[in-house]
Amino acid sequence: MPRINDVGGRDGFGPVRQELDEPPFHADWEAHVMAMNRALIRREVYNLDEFRDAVERTMSHESSYYENWFRAIRTLLEEKGVV
Amino acid sequence: MSDDHDDSPIAARVRELEAVLEEKGLLDPTELDQVLEAFAHKASPANGFRVVARAWVDDGFRARLLQDANAALPELGLSMGGGLQVQRLHVVENTEDVHNVIVCTLCSCYPLSLLGPSPTWYKSPAYRSRVVSHPREVLEQFGLTLPGTTKIEVWDANAESRYMVPPRRPEGTDGLGEAELAALVTRNGLIGTAAV
Repeated sequence: MPRINDVGGRDGFGPVRQELDEPPFHADWEAHVMAMNRALIRREVYNLDEFRDAVERTMSHESSYYENWFRAIRTLLEEKGVV
Repeated sequence: MSDDHDDSPIAARVRELEAVLEEKGLLDPTELDQVLEAFAHKASPANGFRVVARAWVDDGFRARLLQDANAALPELGLSMGGGLQVQRLHVVENTEDVHNVIVCTLCSCYPLSLLGPSPTWYKSPAYRSRVVSHPREVLEQFGLTLPGTTKIEVWDANAESRYMVPPRRPEGTDGLGEAELAALVTRNGLIGTAAV
């Protein structure tokens, strides 16, 4: 069964909404989540494939991109007994 | 970045987790700033613009780029190895008959080092779901209407492979130098959701 992230060809997500002059991050915490993830992968707390898998199994289409990342990071850290 | 005052609940939760990781020695407060700075410097669409301009003026480079982009990028001081893992770049050039567009249906795979941070719409389910099934309709949402005779090819990026689209060189640009040509290219052009 395809995972929730596998949206290719699915209907019902509406038109594409563009944001003009979009900044790379919409809030500082998003940048912190991105940087935290890189740092944890570089330290081999988990690897990139584990992170992708965690995003795919914990994400929600109702959450924003970096909210999904943060949920995945927390999930991995909890599963690995780090926090 | 370390002294922000965002008081949203998620910002507080992120700070809280950072503090725990710092206490455990898994995160260094200065490291976050270093990572962000490196990201800001290395990931820029100006890199992609330069690659396209060079391909427009130098047929030899263009041929090498289409053949093996990873091997050709170092000619401009660029590489696909700056991220967490090396990725294979495929450069898919627009022609009179074929228009290319890139997507990542599973997540958000994107050639960051050449295109800069990806826009939210590229990561949205609306774009990812629809551009593979109705590319012409999605391109029209971007204001790009292609002739019915133009074939559209959609390239689905993944963990190992990334794509970049060199747009067609605009008419009447014969006298322009590389820097001027690079200034004509847009980020959406490199994705394939704009003509140039």
